[in-house]
Amino acid sequence: MDDTDRSDYTPVEGPIGAGSIQTGSANPSPPAATESASVTLRVNGTMHTLATLDPRTTLLDVLREHLGLTGSKKGCDHGQCGACTVHVNGQRVLACLSLAIAHQRDEITTIEGLIDEDRLHPMQAAFIEHDAFQCGYCTPGQIMSAISLLQEAARGVPSHATPDVTAPPSLDRLSDEEIRERMSGNICRCGAYPNILAAIRQVQRTHTRGATP
Amino acid sequence: MNPFRYVQETTAEAAVRAVGSAPGAVFYAGGTTLIDLMKIDVLTPDTVVDINRLPLDAIEVDERGMHIGANVRNSVLAWHSGIRERYPVLSEAILSGATTQLRNMATTAGNLMQRTRCPYFRDVHAACNKRRPGSGCDAIEGVNRGHAILGTTASCIAMHPSDMCTALAILDAAVRTQKPDGSTRAIRFNEFHLLPGDRPERETILEHGELITHVDLPDLPLARRSHYLKVRDRASYEFALASAAVALDLDGGTIRAARVALGGVATKPWRCPEAEEVLTGQPPTIGSFRAAAEAALAGAVPRRHNAFKVELAKRTLVRALTTVAARAA
Repeated sequence: MDDTDRSDYTPVEGPIGAGSIQTGSANPSPPAATESASVTLRVNGTMHTLATLDPRTTLLDVLREHLGLTGSKKGCDHGQCGACTVHVNGQRVLACLSLAIAHQRDEITTIEGLIDEDRLHPMQAAFIEHDAFQCGYCTPGQIMSAISLLQEAARGVPSHATPDVTAPPSLDRLSDEEIRERMSGNICRCGAYPNILAAIRQVQRTHTRGATP
Repeated sequence: MNPFRYVQETTAEAAVRAVGSAPGAVFYAGGTTLIDLMKIDVLTPDTVVDINRLPLDAIEVDERGMHIGANVRNSVLAWHSGIRERYPVLSEAILSGATTQLRNMATTAGNLMQRTRCPYFRDVHAACNKRRPGSGCDAIEGVNRGHAILGTTASCIAMHPSDMCTALAILDAAVRTQKPDGSTRAIRFNEFHLLPGDRPERETILEHGELITHVDLPDLPLARRSHYLKVRDRASYEFALASAAVALDLDGGTIRAARVALGGVATKPWRCPEAEEVLTGQPPTIGSFRAAAEAALAGAVPRRHNAFKVELAKRTLVRALTTVAARAA
């Protein structure tokens, strides 16, 4: 689906309109081919309307090919590598396995949306400080996942590495094993895992001194 | 990906009508199975009915038990404090599968509907009775290390991959549905998935257009002492080679009641009543556990590459029972 052009892209202001989505029971005739639809998405706080989007288009392809937000990466395109991890309504998900058309009314955040004015997000700064990458291809997904990891840990939820699911560790008690398990959806073929762990540890320590993840 | 018509519905009535009236239509919720398989042409629906906006995303608790909406995400279910306290096996099973990103997307009903990971099912050039009825089974004489040893037939040896379903198999769960004609029914969980028989393309008892609306869990005191153990090729993010969901009701030195199910080794979520019978009335010792494991695997039919699973499943079950027996209820 990478051959779609970007001529249909117009940024707009204002509320999201889902009126152009077909609500099927009214029109039961099967299509001969895919019917394009107008799709409006809220990405990093900005509304974008795609006037004629093929419904097959994944959220990842919209971000990269239509909106020019190439920070989210396409690794496996099958939900196995985590390079496309973005936040939808505050939760980390995989953009490659999501249909963009299904995400109207959702709040989508990509790696490009983390920057505050011109200041890097603390997790971005920590990845640089700890040299937590080599080629960098998986890094945006790693960072989006790591931010969610600390938010989830602050809520006190367990993982597969938690011995007793009724007694999850607090944010300041996360073991290395817990962090590794909670990051297992992000593959780094360069093997930068020790430094990724160190970067996450640094931001975790900041949070346990009072800041909110 | 083949072209399709996209429809978003906001009520169960409209959704079941939309799918029920179109033979090539499917429901779309988390998409973690559907979109993956559509990208490799294993699934080619002509209509995709988005049910993500249906009001089925709550977990309700009452004196009869817990009622899980079909759209409750796997992570929400695993992290729910009531689930963790009353059915720890379910929380542990869900957390042992996939990754946080996938669990944040995948839904309760979608987990029940997930498809096998059999590589021949996923390869449109291979023979597969499940994908193309009557085409044969390339797995039986092929690379079958990951395949099932229980519930197999000459038509299909595909393994059911769900951890969550293995836990649900010991929890007396019920699956509530709505049909295109507007009627509803409650299906006992252990009758929901079908054995492959000579029709492996039929995986569940659901009719076309029938929508799962809830999964009900009854109040089940013995589930407080329950556990899920998963054994696999790496420590995380991998499907099971063998897994066990177990629960014990202990009365001092005697097992009053036991629940046992196996995952990673069978063609459907595999409750083991023979093993439960062997355990009942016995002391919680390694000897009892091993006898239960022998009973659970008595009917195993291994193939060329997966004979190791017979002993692996037995040891997995013994270790799971040993762990849960030592656990406070």
